Parts: sequence; structure tokens; C-alpha cells
Amino acid sequence: MFRRLPEIETALNAAGHTVSFTIDGRPASARAGDSVTAALLANGVTACRTTPVSGAARGPYCMMGVCFDCLVTIDGTGNRQGCQVRVAPGMAVETQNGKREVER
Amino acid sequence: MSAPKFDFDIAVVGSGPAGLAAAALAASKGASVVLLDEQAEPGGQIYRAVTETPVRDRKVLGPDYWHGAELLGPLRDSGAVHWPGTIVWSVARPREDVADGHRPIQIGLSRNGAASMLTVRHVILATGALERPFPIPGWTLPGVLGAGAAQVLLKTSGLVPSGATVMAGSGPLLWLLAWQYLQAGVRIDAILDTTPKENWRAALPLLPGFLRSPYLGKGMKLMLEVRRKLTVIGNVTALRAEGAIGGDSALKSVVYTRNGAEHRLPADTLLLHHGVVPNLNLANATGCAQRWDEQQRCWRPTTDEWGATSVEGVSLAGDGAGIGGARAAAEAGRLAALDALHRLGRIGREQRDQLAVPHRAALDRALTGRAFLDTLYTPAEAFRAPADDTIVCRCEEITAGAVREAVRLGCSGPNQAKSFLRCGMGPCQGRLCGPTVTEVIAAERGVSPADVGYYRLRPPVKPITLAELAALPKTDADIDAVFKH
Amino acid sequence: MTATASPKPDVIVIGGGLHGCSAALHLSMRGVRVLVLEKDHVARHASGVNAGGVRQLGRHVAEVPLSVASMALWHGIRDLVDDDCGFESHGQIKVAESEAELATSHARVAELNALGFTHEEVVGRDELRSLVPAIADHCVGALVSRGDGAAIPFRTTFAFRRKAIALGARFQEGGTVTRLSRKNGLWTVETADGARFEAPVVVNAAGAWADRIAAQVGEPVPLEVIAPMLMITARVAPFIKPVVGATGRTLSFKQFPNGTVLIGGGLLGRAVRDENRTELDFSQVSVNARTVWDLFPCMRGATIVRAWAGIEARMPDQIPVIGPSGTEPDLYHSFGFSAHGFQLGPIVGRITADLITGGSTDLPIAPFRVGRFAA
Repeated sequence: MFRRLPEIETALNAAGHTVSFTIDGRPASARAGDSVTAALLANGVTACRTTPVSGAARGPYCMMGVCFDCLVTIDGTGNRQGCQVRVAPGMAVETQNGKREVER
Repeated sequence: MSAPKFDFDIAVVGSGPAGLAAAALAASKGASVVLLDEQAEPGGQIYRAVTETPVRDRKVLGPDYWHGAELLGPLRDSGAVHWPGTIVWSVARPREDVADGHRPIQIGLSRNGAASMLTVRHVILATGALERPFPIPGWTLPGVLGAGAAQVLLKTSGLVPSGATVMAGSGPLLWLLAWQYLQAGVRIDAILDTTPKENWRAALPLLPGFLRSPYLGKGMKLMLEVRRKLTVIGNVTALRAEGAIGGDSALKSVVYTRNGAEHRLPADTLLLHHGVVPNLNLANATGCAQRWDEQQRCWRPTTDEWGATSVEGVSLAGDGAGIGGARAAAEAGRLAALDALHRLGRIGREQRDQLAVPHRAALDRALTGRAFLDTLYTPAEAFRAPADDTIVCRCEEITAGAVREAVRLGCSGPNQAKSFLRCGMGPCQGRLCGPTVTEVIAAERGVSPADVGYYRLRPPVKPITLAELAALPKTDADIDAVFKH
Repeated sequence: MTATASPKPDVIVIGGGLHGCSAALHLSMRGVRVLVLEKDHVARHASGVNAGGVRQLGRHVAEVPLSVASMALWHGIRDLVDDDCGFESHGQIKVAESEAELATSHARVAELNALGFTHEEVVGRDELRSLVPAIADHCVGALVSRGDGAAIPFRTTFAFRRKAIALGARFQEGGTVTRLSRKNGLWTVETADGARFEAPVVVNAAGAWADRIAAQVGEPVPLEVIAPMLMITARVAPFIKPVVGATGRTLSFKQFPNGTVLIGGGLLGRAVRDENRTELDFSQVSVNARTVWDLFPCMRGATIVRAWAGIEARMPDQIPVIGPSGTEPDLYHSFGFSAHGFQLGPIVGRITADLITGGSTDLPIAPFRVGRFAA
């Protein structure tokens, strides 16, 4: 579980530097400049996918693009590394279950 | 054969301290330089988000972090072209049979969702380090992260752990992060120190060198402050993360062994760290020779004193060539840049050597005391080659026990483990299992890791989509060649 | 250093790929003492990293009788090596993208039927879609061999090795053969690590290095060293069973049971055989990706996680060398499978054992004689 440092949260809201997006269809908000994975954590989403091998739940581990555990579906494209993509206004982020269907 | 068209003289891959310094110096001497980096802003991991972090209170991240900003001015002024958000997925060594004087190196990259090939004369890989995998039972549970990952969240987004938080492991970064959390007023329930007691015996003779270091002494002070203000539990010899009973959805507690007794701490977040290792995937996939470093217990690409690898036209600088830290990385970057300028005929040998003098001296200073840290913080074998029930390959969910079983069936090294088990065959391409698999197989066979080898890694070193690959520019001849009629 | 601990072998097999291991197995099954010499480790090159296609479809007519006989062994592969080798038979399909290509397929079936083979058939648009629902709209039909399939190459080669060892064969890995000589009816084989081995009979199954062995006995062969490239995707949900190729372009496309999709077909990278390594040519990988983009629109967003190439031997006429040496007695060749030797592995090992133990084989191997390249 992660939270924003309070002084940053305050400054953010005061300056309006927030981004609205959706997580599995639910409205959410993050700081402009957050990676998708940081935005998920800031919204209380610790587990972002289940594995294609055993179906176990996974969440981000490395935050620097090497572990591939933060994979999510972004605007319909699956297997995106959430920690390497910045959250954008209106972005649809979906948690990912097991093997992707082709065309996703 | 027609002369190839070069897009740039030099491509530098990675914009941490080594890459920033290398690109700035090479471009300032008139070479055309492109700096390729995955992140949106320069800094690498150590100086991640230094231009834009929301953590404006400078005492939280500390002076060593803000030092990174000093590398940005020279880059801006140098004329080097910076391509952020660029993923390098392949560096192809020059062909031996090219026409005289032209040894084009082809770099495969993805930028703005499109793949392309870039042709340059020289490549400096400054791919940095990644956290040494810390395989314990349960390390795949959501809520268990690397301490380095947590530090990235702090630097980039001002995010810190909430709820019950445990940090575990050893090494400078663990203490630095704990100190940064202290400055930010973040509560840490406990730090479980896994530094093996017996490491002190081996490290003590190296202590005088460490104490002479102009940089590393600061780390000691910071560790003492953390020890004074936080609960630090030493001599931890076993560790596991557990979810809810019968469930695997998220971390619930951390179980550790100290002096033979097992203890349990409730935890929502567990931050693991026991050192960093070179991020060598790109160098390995390019075909650069590498060797096992017994002191740092990791594979590192083989380089000469200028960072030149076994592959003509490809050099390496910074932690990607062996762990030395940020200060050493910047100096190594400058040395690699000088050598590249020399190889390209822009400066003579004597000029190169003369310009290198201050950087070599600074590099030596920066590396003073490193041996002490390497020795003190060598993780215990139980954490390098874990018990049978521990997942070592996170992508394919292969346990240490399965690797040991494969060894008994004739699997002699990490490469064969790929074929036997699919170990290392997932999207992370062995980054999170390579060091562990090497150690497990070596221990099981009773030989040195040097004898079991490492994965032969394959491009693309970062996944790219089929559509991107399909859209790569092709000549008509390429297309004709595959139509049989 | 000499290998004195074990009894002298009857046959030395040079090369621990599938063909060497298969020859070792079939010889061991007949009580022949075999020693396999492998310069790296078993299945290190083409046998460990090929596409795993078990294919009769579209073969050179000279290979068809061998391929059909090998297919029977594949369908009972567990009886042969005590392991299913990951073999699954969901057919192989060669897609026709135009009426002209479909006409080629009809002609091919007619040619095979005239020779008495019936394993290939032409299917139309609807049947193609029931076999491969994901195929692109423009495809008009296909050539199909329903008994074909795919297996896991490394596992297969290791299974042959394991069974051969169980029956008494010995394997010596890590020594390159540097010298081959024959005196008084006995071959002496020397390796780079200084070891010497002797046997009355030698099999040359050295793959991309087989020309060097042949050259030792004054039998130069025009072997070309090639590096066919492959790539593989991250796991996706199962969507296709058969192995799919194309009529007008180079493709081999199949999904493993674990969900990963293997894409290949023989586009070439560059082999550096003296360094045991290959280099990829991404403009060619891209051509292959473009073919998949055209034929399987659903794959366009798939992520490619790895590409590689194996080192293989190709002969000028694209068919292998199988049979006795033309210059020396008691030397048998089995190499040059030209990037499609995996399916032939089980039968060619048997043929080699037939030749060594009985002096002849019931399968037509005349087209594969080594002497065909002599000027």
C-alpha cells in the first residue's frame, strides 16, 4: 500500500495538476507525470494482473522496466509495462488476467 | 559496396551518470552524439526524475541525489541529441567483411510506438544496474517490491508506503531509502538486516580503504542515524513473505529467523534489497564477452581500462560494466567517450591519454573503499541460492528445486536450464533469475559460477510488437527474396 | 588421455544432434556398442533450437518415402524413446493466398498421387477456416497434411540421447574432432582436447561441421552454413492448432500448448560457425513479421520476446547426404538436412543402422548419395 506525501498531495490539488483516467472502468485520478503503475498504487491497486502460468496475482516489483510484473492493458493494448508509460487524461487502464487473448 | 549512411558518430544508451557524462563530453569535442534513453527525463535510476521530482524538500532525497542535476547543464550545452522515451532492443555488432574504414553498427530501437534502425560508428552502453534478485518464498506476492522500486516511486511520484511496512536485506541502498523515509516522516515498522555476521571478518581488513573514501563515509553516518531512530533487527538468516492463509492475493506478513528462532511481523509492504548487479542484457545480446566477478558475485562484461568490450565499436561505462556507483560511473563515461573520440579519429592517442588523466584519478578516488562494501554486503548463500520451494524465475514460475532437479538430469548451466525448464524464457529475459540460476546450478554441481556460464541472451532485449517489427523499413530486394515465384 | 575405462566401441558417431543421437539409438537397439562424440553439448545447435515442425507436407519428392516412414515412427515416438517428445499431431497447412497458388497446390497433389502418396490434399476456403479460424480473409484455400504436427526439439534430442544411453551408448561431450584416419580396418578419431578413440565404423552426423569431417577422407562436399531465424511471442490464449506455412512466401507459424507462438520459416541471419554464434538480420526478421501481419491480422499487437538463429548445413540441391562414403569403407554420412531434418531424425538413424548392421536399407536413399556433387 502506498500513499502520496501529504505536502505533495496538497500542492497537487491546489495547482490542479491531476489526471483523470479509469481503472477497470472505474474513475480514478493521479498526478500528471505519474507512471501508470504509480497511478495504480496511488489508487490502492497493488495487484495489477494474474500470471499466464499459474494464475497467481502479481503487482509491480522493480519500477524500472526490467521485471515485467506490472503488465496491464492500456487503451485496449495488452502486455504494456505500466511503469514505463505515463498516465494520460482519459486513459483506460485494465488489470490483466492470465494469457492475453490475441487481438488484445 | 556503397558507403553506409551514418545517422550519428556515437550513440550512448542510457542517461544515468555514465551516459550523461559520456554524451556530454563526446559531443563537446565535436562528435555527433545521440543519447538514447527509456525514461521521459534524464537521470537514470540513481538520479531518476531529478528535473521534475515532486519531492521539492531537498533534505528528503539528500545531496547525493541532487548532485545529479549538475550533469544536465553540460549535456544541454554539448549539442548532444537526447531522445527520451526510446527503447533500444538490439545492437548488432559490425560485420567483419565490410569495406575499408566503414564498420556500421545497427541499433534497433522503438520510439513513439514505431521501430526503426539507426546506423552509427560507435556505441557506448551505459545501461546501469538493477537490483540483485532477492528470491525468498513469497517474493512474487503483490506488496513485495524492491527497495529500489520504492525509491523510484518516491522520486518520481512522491509515493511512500502506508500501512505496516518492513524493509529487509542489506547494502547501501537499503539504508539510504530508510534514511530518506525518515526525512519524509514515513513510518517503517522494522528493518530486517540480513548482512551475514561472518562477512565482517572478511571485510575488516578492507576497512581502512573504505574510511579513506571521500564519498562513502557519508553512508556510514546515515546508517547510524537510521539505526538510532528505527527498529533494526540484525542477524536475520531466513526470510519469507506470506499472503492470507490459503490465499496468494497479497502480502499479509513477513516471517524471519534470527538466532534460530522464527518470528512473524504483520506487513502490507515488504521492501527487499541486497545490492545491485550490472544490467548486462544488451551487452550480452550484442555478443560482448563477460566474466564472473567473484568479489561482486555477478557476471560483468569484460572491458579494458577505457570500457572497450570484446566487440569492435562497442564500449561500456558505469555500473553496467561492474558496480562502482554514480561518481565512478560518470568518470567511466568520460573515459569511454575519450576512447571513442580517439577511435573515430577525432583526437590523437596522446591527447586522449592526457585528457583522461583527471578522470582516471577521479575514478580511482570514487572506487576507493568499494571492496569493503562488496565484501561486507555479499548476500548469504541462502539468499543467493535459495531453498527448493522458492520461485527463482518469476516469469515462468520455476522453483530452485526444479532447477536442482534439472541439474541432476544433466542440465549443466543456465543455457540448458532454458531448454530443460523454460527458466529465463519469459519476457524479463533472465534479468530477475539469471544471477540466482547461476548460483543454484554452480552450488548443485559443486563448481564455480564461472564454469556454468550465463544465459546467451537474444534480441529484442525488450519486447516489441509484431506490428512494429513488420513496419521496419525493408528494401525491395528483401521482399523479393522471400517470394519463391 | 585415452578412453580405456570402457570397452572399445563398434561405431563412433560424430555429432550429438538429433541425427547422431538417432543413429546411436538405433544401433544400440541392435546391440552395437556406440560412442557419440559431440564438440559442444548434445542439441547445442540446430537440433536444440529449430522450429520443431514434424512435416511431410511439401517435401522434395526424393524425401517423401523417408518422410512417410519417419512419420510412422513419430506417431509411436513414446514406444521408441520412452518420452512423447512434446509431439502433437494437428496437421500442417500451407496456405494459398491466390487462385494461382491454389493451382500449384492441386498440381502438387496430382504429382504425389501419381507416385502413390496420398498424405497431402487440397482444401478450399471454408475448410481452411474451420482448420484455422484466425486466417486472413484473402486466403483462398490450402494444401494440408493431416498427420503432420510438431514436437519440442531439445526435449526430443535429449530423449533419443537418454534412451541410447539406457541401451549402452556412451556420449563424450566438449571435444571437437580434429583428425580422422583409418589404418588396418580401424578408424582413429582424435579430438581437440587430446583424446583418441578407435572403432571399426564411423558415422558423420556433424551437421554444419560435417564438411570438415568429409574433407578428412578426401571427400569435399559443397556444404553451406546457414542460420535460419526464429522468433517467439509472449503467451497468448490458445487460438490455433495446426502448423501453418504459406505457398508463396517463407513462413512457419505455430502455437505451443503453453501459449507462445513461434514464427520462422527459414529466413536467414548470418552464421559464424567457428565462434558457435549467429547474427540476426532484422530486415529479414521484419519480412517474416510482415508475412504474419498479412496472414494473421489478430497477431499484429502480439509482443515478440526473443529472436534467434541456429547453425545448420544446407546442400546446393536442398536435400541431405545419407549413406556410405564414396572414398572410404566403413564411413557413413548423415548430414546436410538443409533446415528440414528434424522430422527425418527417427528414420534416418534407422537407415544408418540398417546400412551398418545389414549393408542395405529398404528405403530409397540413392538420391542422397554423397557422390552426386562430384564434377
